[in-house]
Amino acid sequence: MHPAVLGLITIVIGVGGCIGYFYGANVFLDKVLFPASGPKAGRNINRANMIRPWIFLGPAILALGLYLAYPVVATFILSFQERLPGNARAFVGFENYSKMFAEPKFAEAMFNNVLWLTVVPAAATSFGLLAAQLTDRLSWGNISKSIIFMPMAISFVGAAVIFKLVYEARPEDVAQIGILNHLYLLAGGAEPQQWLTIPLWNSFFLMAVLIWIQTGFAMVILSAALRGIPEETIEAAIIDGANPFQIFFKIKVPQIMGTIVVVWTTITIATLKVFDIVFAMTNGQWETQVLANYMYDKLFVAQDWGMGSASAMIIMLLVTPILVWNVYNARKEMR
Amino acid sequence: MDAMAGRKPAVVWALNISVVFLTLLWLFPTLGLFVSSFRTSEQITASGWWSSMFPAEQTLQLRALDPDDNRIETSAGIFVVEGSAFEQGLEAVEIDSWGTSSRALDAYSAGDVADLGDGETFTLNADGTYIWQGDDDQISGRAQRFFFTATIPPDFTLSNYDQVLLDEQNSEGMAKAFFNTLTVVIPATIIPILIAAFAAYALAWMEFPGRALLVATVVGLLVVPLQLALIPLLTFHVGAMELLTSVMGTVDEDSKLTSVNWFGNWFGMSEGEKIAGKGYFGAWLAHTGFGLPLAIYLLRNYMVGLPRDIIENARVDGATEFQIFTKIILPLSFPALASFAIFQFLWTWNDLLVALVFLIDSSGNTTVMTKQIVELLGTRGGDWEILATSAFVSIAVPLLVFFMMQKYLVRGLLAGSVK
Repeated sequence: MHPAVLGLITIVIGVGGCIGYFYGANVFLDKVLFPASGPKAGRNINRANMIRPWIFLGPAILALGLYLAYPVVATFILSFQERLPGNARAFVGFENYSKMFAEPKFAEAMFNNVLWLTVVPAAATSFGLLAAQLTDRLSWGNISKSIIFMPMAISFVGAAVIFKLVYEARPEDVAQIGILNHLYLLAGGAEPQQWLTIPLWNSFFLMAVLIWIQTGFAMVILSAALRGIPEETIEAAIIDGANPFQIFFKIKVPQIMGTIVVVWTTITIATLKVFDIVFAMTNGQWETQVLANYMYDKLFVAQDWGMGSASAMIIMLLVTPILVWNVYNARKEMR
Repeated sequence: MDAMAGRKPAVVWALNISVVFLTLLWLFPTLGLFVSSFRTSEQITASGWWSSMFPAEQTLQLRALDPDDNRIETSAGIFVVEGSAFEQGLEAVEIDSWGTSSRALDAYSAGDVADLGDGETFTLNADGTYIWQGDDDQISGRAQRFFFTATIPPDFTLSNYDQVLLDEQNSEGMAKAFFNTLTVVIPATIIPILIAAFAAYALAWMEFPGRALLVATVVGLLVVPLQLALIPLLTFHVGAMELLTSVMGTVDEDSKLTSVNWFGNWFGMSEGEKIAGKGYFGAWLAHTGFGLPLAIYLLRNYMVGLPRDIIENARVDGATEFQIFTKIILPLSFPALASFAIFQFLWTWNDLLVALVFLIDSSGNTTVMTKQIVELLGTRGGDWEILATSAFVSIAVPLLVFFMMQKYLVRGLLAGSVK
């Protein structure tokens, strides 16, 4: 069967099945199981309304449980196991972890991840805030915003190709086609540089890609927050003689601090999971390894499920504080 | 009243210039790829893409035709080689000035006769034709070099797109990958919306025990990294496929089908086929699962804000919950549904990891565009015309969606992040 036909059939079956399930389950509940008529009508309606939420929630709970909750537990267990020939597994305690901690590549990935986590959210949020503030009152600000926001729609892989062209280096005696080397030579650089092979620096060149993508996100949200600031506070500051920088840093920024934190944490999570950029641009060579790519290497190249799962658990561990904080906030709001 | 933009012209200028700079900084990388996809490989390596948009003064170095093969004796002892500078595949342009030595590139203007000593002459005309004349000894051995400076107009071509998308041999595999990507994306966008809409309605407007706990769980699952799900789910998919195929026929130890029954036939399975846990179905389900927390969260936040009166009036009028949902909630929630649809579309279209793990098997028949591009980066890293074009093909669709639906995307972002 042609995949497109298969896809079409699946859409019909999947979507039809979903609608059929919800419709059928409701009809069954109201007409067959607890009909809202006869002597027990009142009690039946109450009973039906007790069950109905679970009909609506059923598929979602199933999918969430199977695809997100169960894997967390399963990966946790796998990280203490070793894969034996013939699909068997053996419990090995903390051996996967201790092996992993002893690996230089893991230390490198941890170091780089910390670097990414420090630089990317800070840079993307600052650029986003800057862009939001600068474009706010410009007549053509929306065009500029659209362009800065645009990389959001571009895949990490696409962005990797885009930036590989930016970083491209040619031999010294021919024309440079990468704009970075072109500018570097214009600025008096001695010879074209292979930017992605210079340790430590190359991590920053990879981070530039993610910053380029995430700045638009930060800008859109912070721009909305800036517009939500009450005018009176700014007017009062102007009357009191505050200069533009004081207004920005002492009046505006403190008022949108909550939003800045949300943007910061959202980008932090995106940074933690970054995989495609490193995979496509350097695949962890030249000391650019990060956790997510290290994990992929362990799972699918080295076929070591135990260590792969252990490194996945490290990523989970790093996310956990944000998870707890989010849940805490959500609960506070529900009350 | 606006302090930043001020009224001082200098400040306004500084502001405008810095925004122009910032915007160009963000635009330039993409623009480079876009422009490069319309240039031939020779053009790409000859000059940076930024110089391709303007007519360029370029100095070319050529040699006359090999004298031993092409010389003609016009009169006794006088030999001539005639030809054109543009017969070697160069595009014809107007020649302004030329020279015969690299130290004097523009010594002569078009049509001048250069005296090379002892009666040997060389003439280059504006249309590129040249005449090289001299005696037997002079017109032999290595052909005469000449240099000319020409203004080359900007020149773009669609041939890269032709090659990447329409090539019969499909050597880059992008056309197939494009349809594979579509096959992944459409169900993976629609199914989670449906499931999430019902769940969000229940979480927003139905009273039942455990509701708060469920909402908190959804919020928590929002940030669970996809990486954790890879191995457990792959194992699960393989197991599920084995179970499914055991209904279709008999499976041996290496998970190969040894016989196929009517059900397997109907499903298009054949004998000897290896059962893999990878395929579209797994990718759809994985995308559904990973997209659900955001979908439920966004939709619930939106639905909670709908006016209570409408829903309660409908209940009083005897509408069933199912009717309320389909007739009132769904149409009213259109903006939220649209913004999640865009998110999920962008995310599934741009995804690499889920496709690598759950979809692409060793046959490579189900490869998606992102994977294809990574492959090209490895095998044809220097062929920028192919790389740029392939990448742009994969970027074009999300960009189109982005610019058409930006309003909903922004709304969704705001609903999802600012609480």
